[in-house]
Amino acid sequence: MTKLKAEAQKTRAGIYAGTYGGQYIPETLMTELEKVDHAFHTLKDDPAFKAELHDLLVNYANRPSLLYYAKNMTKDLGGAKIYLKREDLNHTGAHKINNVIGQALLAKHLGKKRLIAETGAGQHGVATATIAALFGMECEIFMGKEDTDRQKLNVYRMELLGAKVHPVTTGSMVLKDAINAALQEWATRSEDTFYVMGSAVGPYPFPEIVKHFQSVISKESKAQLKAKENTLPDMVVACVGGGSNAIGSFADYIDDPSVRLVGVEAAGKGVNTDQTAATIERGSVGIFHGMKSLFLQNEDGQINPVYSISAGLDYPGVGPEHAALAKEGHAQYVGITDDESVQAFEYIAKQEGIVAAIESCHAIAYVEKIAPTMRKDQIIVCTLSGRGDKDVASIAKYKGVDIDE
Amino acid sequence: MSNLSDIFKNHKAFIPFVVADDPDFDTTVKNIIALAKGGADIVEVGIPFSDPIADGPVIQSADLRAFAAGVRTETVFEIVDAARKQTDVPIVFLTYLNVVFKYGYDAFCQRCQQSGVAGLVIPDMPYESRDEILPAATQAGIDIIPLITPTSGHRIEKIARAASGFIYVVSSLGITGERNEFFTGLKDLVANIRQYTDVPTAIGFGVHTPDQAKTMAGIADGVIIGSAIVDIVAKEKQNAPQAIETFTKSVRTAVDASQGARV
Ligand SMILES: Cc1ncc(COP(=O)(O)O)c(C=O)c1O
Repeated sequence: MTKLKAEAQKTRAGIYAGTYGGQYIPETLMTELEKVDHAFHTLKDDPAFKAELHDLLVNYANRPSLLYYAKNMTKDLGGAKIYLKREDLNHTGAHKINNVIGQALLAKHLGKKRLIAETGAGQHGVATATIAALFGMECEIFMGKEDTDRQKLNVYRMELLGAKVHPVTTGSMVLKDAINAALQEWATRSEDTFYVMGSAVGPYPFPEIVKHFQSVISKESKAQLKAKENTLPDMVVACVGGGSNAIGSFADYIDDPSVRLVGVEAAGKGVNTDQTAATIERGSVGIFHGMKSLFLQNEDGQINPVYSISAGLDYPGVGPEHAALAKEGHAQYVGITDDESVQAFEYIAKQEGIVAAIESCHAIAYVEKIAPTMRKDQIIVCTLSGRGDKDVASIAKYKGVDIDE
Repeated sequence: MSNLSDIFKNHKAFIPFVVADDPDFDTTVKNIIALAKGGADIVEVGIPFSDPIADGPVIQSADLRAFAAGVRTETVFEIVDAARKQTDVPIVFLTYLNVVFKYGYDAFCQRCQQSGVAGLVIPDMPYESRDEILPAATQAGIDIIPLITPTSGHRIEKIARAASGFIYVVSSLGITGERNEFFTGLKDLVANIRQYTDVPTAIGFGVHTPDQAKTMAGIADGVIIGSAIVDIVAKEKQNAPQAIETFTKSVRTAVDASQGARV
């Protein structure tokens, strides 16, 4: 058994992922977390539950997502062959729906009538509002005021779907503060309410639950690449906010030593500036949002305000399994700046005719750097975590273009 | 273990709360002394945290005022040291685990011992997560004060059996802040806890008037008042010591009028 597997099993037992993970959450929520843990572990391998999940993924969310050969980028960059795992083609336009369907099914089995969630870019909020509509559940979304301003389109989309959106005005008014508010709401009302955690973060068992439901990304990509190329990829690249699309993209390759796993963090104005969200590169071990992991914080353990152009990557922490993967050297984490990601936003649009989410463009920017250094017989699978319609207005603004919203 | 439990003998305890360095160092020192003079049995001092997820707007704002004053973890110890020159009122800290973790569990508990801090209330450290700090706390003779809430259910037994100092009984679901309605099953909750332990109980979260304090002290062994006092500090600023001493006296009188103290 590899060391990592042993660590993972400890997580499963509900204890600690070695140095990272755990349950650091108010007592008020502990009984509820026990219920979620129990429901997840009894249902996840239950044939009826799996069939229900599969049916929704295929017939509602449009899975499997394409593994698309990016011919033009490959040619232009002149190195490794580039495949894009097209999570942007899922219903609601991002990977978030995979996890939301899974957790909403858990909620349904727990008899919950109401879903709450935090959201950064709004994609997780939209996915949660969507499934709440489908399941006939109430839905309330917590979103930092900064983010309701820069992602107006998604706010309206959530409202259209019947959700109530609460702009959060505490702290730096971004994703971190939205999670605080959602946790507070859950502590106040958990009887009929399920907190759909949007990334691979939070107290155990959320990081494991989110990984489980996002693993469909790498299960599919592995089989799809095998069918197309009859081989494993040499490298898997995904952007990392809290780390849900990345852990899902990595999951099925973690035990394949020949596959390099690269997580791309938002460096904001630069990894070595104060305006960054590069948690793994710049953070230190701490305890926050229910987990022990890496955080951008000061020497007194106060959580730092973080910055990225991308609302979905603008988070001071990272999921505990990424912290563990980084520590053990099983995955590598790099930073991409605002400027680089905006350039990639334009690049992939012009090369491949794909308007990708600014979050995903952080991963694309890294592919642009690394592909030319690789051999032509090597293969990169890069996850396109979402589509970029939501970002068009703010990128135009960033570029100084005046468009009528 | 500290001797916090003994404080609850023969009378009901009153435990007020202030945030350290709100609005400044000197006022906090005077506030602690004023609370002691007004009749507090234990003073709970909050070490500010950037993201206090168990706290409502009143305490969040106090934390922000303290950060504006430049509060560091070390500042809080210095405030306690300064207050210690004039009062030996028992003091416990309320803070979030990351603050303690970053200071270092051993160093933090030793520093508490040095300043005469008897216990720690850490809302984001449930029973399952206390093992990592327990050796350091035990070594320094500091109690880890557990919280028990209306949702604790089957967890009450293990939490109560492991408790020392006192047990913080959370009066209602959600976050701190003044309230007029409380969980209706508080009597049963306290009775349930008493099945498993002799460690005293104090009810807190939302209690803000002397009358409510009297009622809660009638149910449990003591009562904790946080946001109401922090609110006075917010309004009175540098004049807070006088105002909170007056308030504390009125709560003291009310609490003393409630019956059924442990012996
Ligand atoms: C399209 C997209 N990609 C990535 C992320 C980052 O989240 P995670 O790291 O959990 O995948 C988000 C979050 O909002 C997103 O909307």
